[in-house]
Amino acid sequence: MYGRGLRFLSIASFVALTVAFALVFFYAPNDADQGFVYKIFFLHVPLALVALGGFVAGGIYGIKHLRSGRREDDMKSYVAIHLSIILGLATLATGMIWAKASWGHWWVWDEPTLVAFLIVFLLYSCYQPLRFAIEDPERQARYAAVFAVIAGAFVPICFMSVRFAQASVTHPRVLDSSGSLPGSMQLTLLVSLGAMVLLFMTLWKYELTSKHAKAQLRTLKRRLALGA
Amino acid sequence: MSTAGAVAALLRKDLRLELRTRESVPAMLLFSVSTFVIFRFGLDRETLAGDLAAGVLWVTLLFAAVLGINRLFVAEREEGGFDAFLLAPVDRTAMLWAKALLLFAFLTAVELAAVPVYSVLLLGPSPFQALPGLAGLLVLANAGIAVVGTLVAALAIQTRARDLIVPLLALPLLLPIVIAGAQATAPLFAPAGAEPLPGRWLTVLGLYDVIFGLVAFAVFDFLLED
Amino acid sequence: MTEAAPAIALDGLERRYGERAALAGVSLELPAGATLAVFGANGAGKTTLLRILATLLRPHAGHARVLGGSLPRDGWKVRGRIGLLAHDPLLYRELSPRENLRFHARLHGVPTARIETLLELVGLAGRGDDPVRTLSRGLAQRVAICRAVLHEPDLLLLDEPYANLDPAAVEAVSPLVGRASGCTRVIISHDIEAGLGEADLVLGLRDGRQVLRQVRSAIDTATVRELYG
Repeated sequence: MYGRGLRFLSIASFVALTVAFALVFFYAPNDADQGFVYKIFFLHVPLALVALGGFVAGGIYGIKHLRSGRREDDMKSYVAIHLSIILGLATLATGMIWAKASWGHWWVWDEPTLVAFLIVFLLYSCYQPLRFAIEDPERQARYAAVFAVIAGAFVPICFMSVRFAQASVTHPRVLDSSGSLPGSMQLTLLVSLGAMVLLFMTLWKYELTSKHAKAQLRTLKRRLALGA
Repeated sequence: MSTAGAVAALLRKDLRLELRTRESVPAMLLFSVSTFVIFRFGLDRETLAGDLAAGVLWVTLLFAAVLGINRLFVAEREEGGFDAFLLAPVDRTAMLWAKALLLFAFLTAVELAAVPVYSVLLLGPSPFQALPGLAGLLVLANAGIAVVGTLVAALAIQTRARDLIVPLLALPLLLPIVIAGAQATAPLFAPAGAEPLPGRWLTVLGLYDVIFGLVAFAVFDFLLED
Repeated sequence: MTEAAPAIALDGLERRYGERAALAGVSLELPAGATLAVFGANGAGKTTLLRILATLLRPHAGHARVLGGSLPRDGWKVRGRIGLLAHDPLLYRELSPRENLRFHARLHGVPTARIETLLELVGLAGRGDDPVRTLSRGLAQRVAICRAVLHEPDLLLLDEPYANLDPAAVEAVSPLVGRASGCTRVIISHDIEAGLGEADLVLGLRDGRQVLRQVRSAIDTATVRELYG
């Protein structure tokens, strides 16, 4: 049930990623100020956007689980958040590389988006410890869903508060002389974003299928044990 | 029993318990004063003003709040209070409001003592000009801490590692309050005399309170049911 | 004689704990005013059953009707008519019996006058203002019984009601939780003779499964004892 479409998605992501890499390396021009290194932007921004999207999706599936009580919704929420945490870590890492390349420091505080992302990441890092600290599987799923909802509501507030605290927005921007993103970069960014979304969906589906199969295996084993 | 009546009954019981055992409020207050002393030495300063003064105050209040959050549902957990409440024909959300009001009361009591102590120990400029603005900020902040704190406490109380989960969850979640509080208080503690409070932080705090109030109302029942 | 609906009607009741079945298929009907005695070894599912009947746990499968309400949907409707005496006395140890009972009375919307009557009946009027933590287990149990019947429930769920009680106390509480109370009752007891003495209907559980369901008159102690084997 879950595995259908997985092969198609995998191939699609692979193709998209390859195209994106090609565009990044060969098509997008070098930035006027930052040279070649700025190209990590094409990795960093999609990572950030997809991670945030994953957190929101986790919250939505959390709401669904609370309303329906179905384990499938909880599993989807768990996988979405779990993948987003990994992507979040990658976002922070690529953000730091970009900061170092642009400004010479590994971390800059006057960068509200990165700071807000750090706080959100810190919060979501508690997701798995919270789950593992609850033994009853039903309660674990329910509490995780509540957490996903609370954390999901927290994300916009966090970004807003941090942004207000910054006098000026100085996220290293990738701009040309006219102050906007040149067409070639826009295209590359969009393709990279699309590739990242596909990658996320593939990993998501893959992990769900794997978990589902394991759950089915456990059920079969239990039935066999009872039967014998 | 109406929800308001149930909230009143729960609140009376909890206030009576606190007055008798004196577990939470004195601890939170003592902790705050100790933290002030620690900051004096950690920062190697004898007086603070401006944003440093604001930051130290709000950070201390945050950590004191975490102490209070940790204790919030302990009596229920250890003495079967959850079952007793769940057996009563009342709306489960009454527990949310009762505990949030309780935490609000605790925070207010602690601040009533801690802020004067802070003014004496560490604050450079006179606190009196800052007081109205600070009071307004604290009321809004306490409301947000109360609601989010109750949620976190209810989440954590059923887990194995309650003492760890509470700070891990509460600190990021309450960070916007600290940001807003510190940013808004900094001009109030300006060395030359209190400057006006930036209004947008009141908006941020208000928004935080409303959003998390709604979220809490929506999800709290799920934390109690089985 | 009119056919009244049974106080409790269970059909294929199930409750899981993760992969394990805490209860697997319990079915029975208990008429109003009758007493059900539940027997079984530790971990057999007796407490789970009691907590489902108390609306504290949701059934995972099967049907449960208690006092005319279908669980879990109508749990909020019937909750106020159920009294639970659990293993835990459900009392705040730093508060006195009077304060505890007043709290419960307020939660249930019941006038507080009944508290004095109950405390007199169980012989605790004199110690009604001492914190519960200063009371012995037997005295705390008496207060717990007062708490369970304070709101005059129609259904009593009793987990070892006479544990820790001396014979005088057992006599004192019998109008509250004994047959004389007139309530429908579900009793868990490890004392087989005493439990059978009170029962109209007997339920035996083993590993969550229903292995015995008989009217009292059709059972002897030996059959029940086998449950613990």
